[in-house]
Amino acid sequence: MWDYTDKVKEHFINPRNVGEVEKPSGVGEVGSLACGDALKLSIKVNEEGIITDARFKTFGCASAIASSSALTEMIKGMKLEDAEKITNEDIANFLGGLPKEKMHCSVMGREALEAAIANYRGVFLPMAEGEVVCECFGVTDLEIIRAIRESDLRSVEEITNFTKAGGGCGKCHDRLREILQQTVAGLEVEPKKVQKEQRMTTLQKIKKIEEVLEREIKPTLKKDGGDIELIDVDGDFVTVSLRGACAGCQSSRTTLKVYVEKKLRELVSDALIVEEGK
Amino acid sequence: MNCGSDKVIYMDNNATTRVAPEVVDAMMPFLTDCYGNPSSMHTFGGQVGRAINEARAAIAELIGADPEEIVFTSCGTESDSTAILSALQTYPEKRHVVTTRVEHPAVKNLCENLDGLTGHKHRITRLPVEADGTLSMDQYRESLGEDTAIVSVMWANNETGVIFPVEEMAAIARERGILFHTDAVQAVGKIPINLKDSCIDFLSISGHKLHAPKGIGVLYIRKGTPFIPFLNGGHQEHGRRGGTENVASIVGLGEACRLAAAKMTEENTRVRALRDKLETGLLTKIPRALLNGHKTERLPNTANISFEYVEGEAILLHMNRYQICASSGSACTSGSLEPSHVLRAMGVPFTAAHGSIRFSLSIYNSEAEVDFVLDKMPAIIENLRAMSPFWSEANK
Repeated sequence: MWDYTDKVKEHFINPRNVGEVEKPSGVGEVGSLACGDALKLSIKVNEEGIITDARFKTFGCASAIASSSALTEMIKGMKLEDAEKITNEDIANFLGGLPKEKMHCSVMGREALEAAIANYRGVFLPMAEGEVVCECFGVTDLEIIRAIRESDLRSVEEITNFTKAGGGCGKCHDRLREILQQTVAGLEVEPKKVQKEQRMTTLQKIKKIEEVLEREIKPTLKKDGGDIELIDVDGDFVTVSLRGACAGCQSSRTTLKVYVEKKLRELVSDALIVEEGK
Repeated sequence: MNCGSDKVIYMDNNATTRVAPEVVDAMMPFLTDCYGNPSSMHTFGGQVGRAINEARAAIAELIGADPEEIVFTSCGTESDSTAILSALQTYPEKRHVVTTRVEHPAVKNLCENLDGLTGHKHRITRLPVEADGTLSMDQYRESLGEDTAIVSVMWANNETGVIFPVEEMAAIARERGILFHTDAVQAVGKIPINLKDSCIDFLSISGHKLHAPKGIGVLYIRKGTPFIPFLNGGHQEHGRRGGTENVASIVGLGEACRLAAAKMTEENTRVRALRDKLETGLLTKIPRALLNGHKTERLPNTANISFEYVEGEAILLHMNRYQICASSGSACTSGSLEPSHVLRAMGVPFTAAHGSIRFSLSIYNSEAEVDFVLDKMPAIIENLRAMSPFWSEANK
């Protein structure tokens, strides 16, 4: 028998917020019948970006139900940008901890929340992409790498506890070990390496490029009174427009190739070619 | 420590059983006063040896064997390993084992690890089962080859209670000069067994499955069957299993076998009727509930029922609140992440495999208990289904 905390038992016996939000702002569905657990989370978001209601339907064991119940309690009344920061560890901690073999239940909660927020924003989640490593549970390398990093996993067994990967036929254990070694090594040497290699849809690529522009490139250009805007992404061709001081700058072409393109290639994809739009 | 056994409704007898009060009484002298070593020369120890032989005779009687054919082990798993590894050592040129896809891990995992254990490459045939959990005899016949050392097929399945025709299968193996082992831990004490005229060479028994304590097992070895011991040591069990005898448990198992023989009719009438009432009640009261396993070719005490679109661990924990004890084939209860290999081998769909509950009764269950369970189960399933995202989908 599992050693569940009183709080897990209490949330399992008296789950909060069971059901579906009427006219939801966003819905996140993760898991499947085949996998043995699934969670459908629906949220209502008001104009201020606050989650005013959250409800769940869960198929799964006691810790899956308790994690879902805990998640809805945690996010109700929360700003979206705060809710986004919730990790699976937060969910587990809310419940006073979960047995290590059950950590994947808290991961399912976090994934459903991400999916619901993405659905609200109308964006496609990159998590579904990547190479499927565990055929039994349909877990991709990206999900595994993320779990290794976020929860500081150090063994194949821990990967299974958190993501379910490797919990079926066991054929992927060697590959999991490889990913584990690479990720752990990568953490010390080159943290972005694996992310860069991911295959992306155009939509994901746009999202990623926007992110990098916002986070990395714009702040740097702004220091010199310049700015940049994304105009179009067509395959690997990225069209941008330089604004502000950059617009008439003699060295704008150099900025574009040496700085912007280099940065995007480094953080998004090697294949990108950046051009300035008219 | 008080576990409150008087309060629980115990329907998990295929997992383990209550030690019968008569068994405890029979054992007590050997845990207190009669502590002599049966191998000793003095009367103080020698009388203990006599008690062991009486137990051996009672066990042999229950399964229609000769007392000399009974070897005491520590558990069913040891008995299984002993039989299979003995056969492979006896016929080093034969490297093929026939078994089924629904064996208990004691046999299943041993077969998976044979190469590593023996240092030789083996071929393992795992016979598939039909949707009702039964075996195809044609496939069985075809699987046997010149290089088959041993067949190991359970008498009755622990999860579904489905009974295999092991006597017929053993006869077929005998014709081909192949040894036959059966893991009968779920069958012994529940259904009549008579090995006298059978072709079964090895048979495993586990004490705690028939109201004896945990930590005692038996390997039946047919007279004349070639045998190489698993545990080497002293001359106990005529050199077939080293190690000082677990005297109290052996005596307890002897008493448990006497009781089982006396209660065999009750097991197959009253307990069967209780099981049938429980099963029929659940299948009629609860929509989309399915029976796993053959309707009649089954142990009288076992009912394995799937409740679609809900998960077994959640069901069990709600049952636990009413102190109802049962088991599930769901992934979450097994510690692995996949549902029962038995249900998967039967092709039970995922909608049902995760929500399977095994009720296994014993002579200690009452009709009032069955009524109580029938009263509580529908609401438990209904509540969980109300929470399941698939239930509303399925009923659209």
